[in-house]
Amino acid sequence: MKKIFLIICIFFLVLPLFITSRFWLGFWTTTLFFALLGQSWNILGGYGGQVSFGHAVFFGTGAYVSAVLQVRFGLDAWTSAAIAVAAGALVGAFIGALSFRYGLRGSYFALVTLAFAEVFRVLVNAWDFTGSGFGMLVPMKPGAASLQFADRTWFYYAILLLVVLAYAITWRVERSRFGAYLLAIRENEDAARALGINAFRIKLAAITLSGAMAAVAGVFYIQYYLFVDSHVGYGPAMSVNALLAPLIGGAGTVLGPLIGAIALGSLAELTSALLGKQPGVNLLAYGVLLLVILRFLPNGLMGLLKRAPRGSS
Amino acid sequence: MAVLEVSNISKRFGGLLAVSEASLEAQAGRITALIGPNGAGKTTLFAIIAGFLPADAGSVRFDGREITGMAPHRICGLGLVRTFQIVQPFGALSVRENIAVGAHLHQRARGRALEAAEKVARQVGMEAQLDKPAQGLTIAGRKRLELARALATQPRLLLLDEVMAGLTPTEVNEIVAVIKSIRDAGVTVLLIEHVMQAVMSLSDDIYVLNQGRIIAHGGPRDIAADPQVVEAYLGRRKVHA
Repeated sequence: MKKIFLIICIFFLVLPLFITSRFWLGFWTTTLFFALLGQSWNILGGYGGQVSFGHAVFFGTGAYVSAVLQVRFGLDAWTSAAIAVAAGALVGAFIGALSFRYGLRGSYFALVTLAFAEVFRVLVNAWDFTGSGFGMLVPMKPGAASLQFADRTWFYYAILLLVVLAYAITWRVERSRFGAYLLAIRENEDAARALGINAFRIKLAAITLSGAMAAVAGVFYIQYYLFVDSHVGYGPAMSVNALLAPLIGGAGTVLGPLIGAIALGSLAELTSALLGKQPGVNLLAYGVLLLVILRFLPNGLMGLLKRAPRGSS
Repeated sequence: MAVLEVSNISKRFGGLLAVSEASLEAQAGRITALIGPNGAGKTTLFAIIAGFLPADAGSVRFDGREITGMAPHRICGLGLVRTFQIVQPFGALSVRENIAVGAHLHQRARGRALEAAEKVARQVGMEAQLDKPAQGLTIAGRKRLELARALATQPRLLLLDEVMAGLTPTEVNEIVAVIKSIRDAGVTVLLIEHVMQAVMSLSDDIYVLNQGRIIAHGGPRDIAADPQVVEAYLGRRKVHA
């Protein structure tokens, strides 16, 4: 397993050397971005079985908090980023504490996360302080101090670094007691509790970590595009993107979200090359792909590889 | 010495009094059986003891400590663990991973927990199935897994809910031997069972629950001869033909 990680790392490290067009650099940067967002969903939904349908609430919090701190308070990008990630963790802990305290599971939990994302969307859309309907525009100021890069290759390496960190964390989680407990809760919460697992605490830790990771994706997004509005930040599209990558790649596996993000990104480019750039065509293709995967590969693309006994390596 | 003292537990579900002022004790190092007809309230009583259901009245003491109303995971942490009548495997995980979840209670490190799981698997005769996914096990395998997982938490009191139901006589004999060895290793056992031959050969002490009430208590011989018990199981004998 370690070998596969290393090979993938090297592949992505040298990739920019072979990319000549700005288009393909952008393609791989956004693919890695979705791989990061997908991993954040995967920790909670894939390993813990707590399916969130409103992961945008964490992503949007990362993007918005960072943007607001930079624009309204004049804070530097680094400090804003750190606070934004903490805010994502906090929102995660808050939603988790509320819904898990009252024993929400399955679709009820999914609906509550969706509702939270919608409430946040309406709020930032209505409030002038958060840019209301216009969104938040972060002024362009290239330089390491402002976490903006004139050379887009740096953005690629930045997201690559974040993805490597996130995947290393997930890899560690998978091989820890925390990870074993998450799987146990996913498989059967009552049995898990009977074996001494404090299910509430474990789920709370998972959603906090997941929220922080999604907020990291949000922070990257705002530095990369310098713009966020309520639809991008808290809209259902981002929530769907967060869960599609791991579901298609393989939920509850470390590499699943990355595989899924690559598959989805390629599919989107393929459909727009074949059918033109009508908006929504890629979503149609995503839907078809998801149906096919759910029907024939319930464990995602990773299910094609035979599952090695976990933890024995 | 009583490891477990259940005093006057009552539990009502709407109009049904499932358990009514039930009291029992499990003595250290012994196997205590809780028997009774279907629907007598045995599983409900187990759920209350293990913290899965709140009692309406009464108290549960474990090692002299009040545990009534405590969360299941805390009760398990104290050394009281239950199995489920309807087996609850972690289906997608292997047998080894399933048992390791229990072992993690006292073992943070993943590697150590997996090693401990192997040891427990040997103890219950599952070493050949360690890498099988739990959902691929037969019913006998699942019952064993249920037992192994609970055992891996290193309990001092083990609550077994019908671990022999649905097993063939050979499988019953095997699991009886396993339970005896668990007892001999110093673990107190309280079990619910319908397989009478096993109950009689295993138990040091038997309680009979009928319609939520404890109607008899004694050693295997006393219980088999108790007219109230015979009546509860077989119905009243007609005196006049």
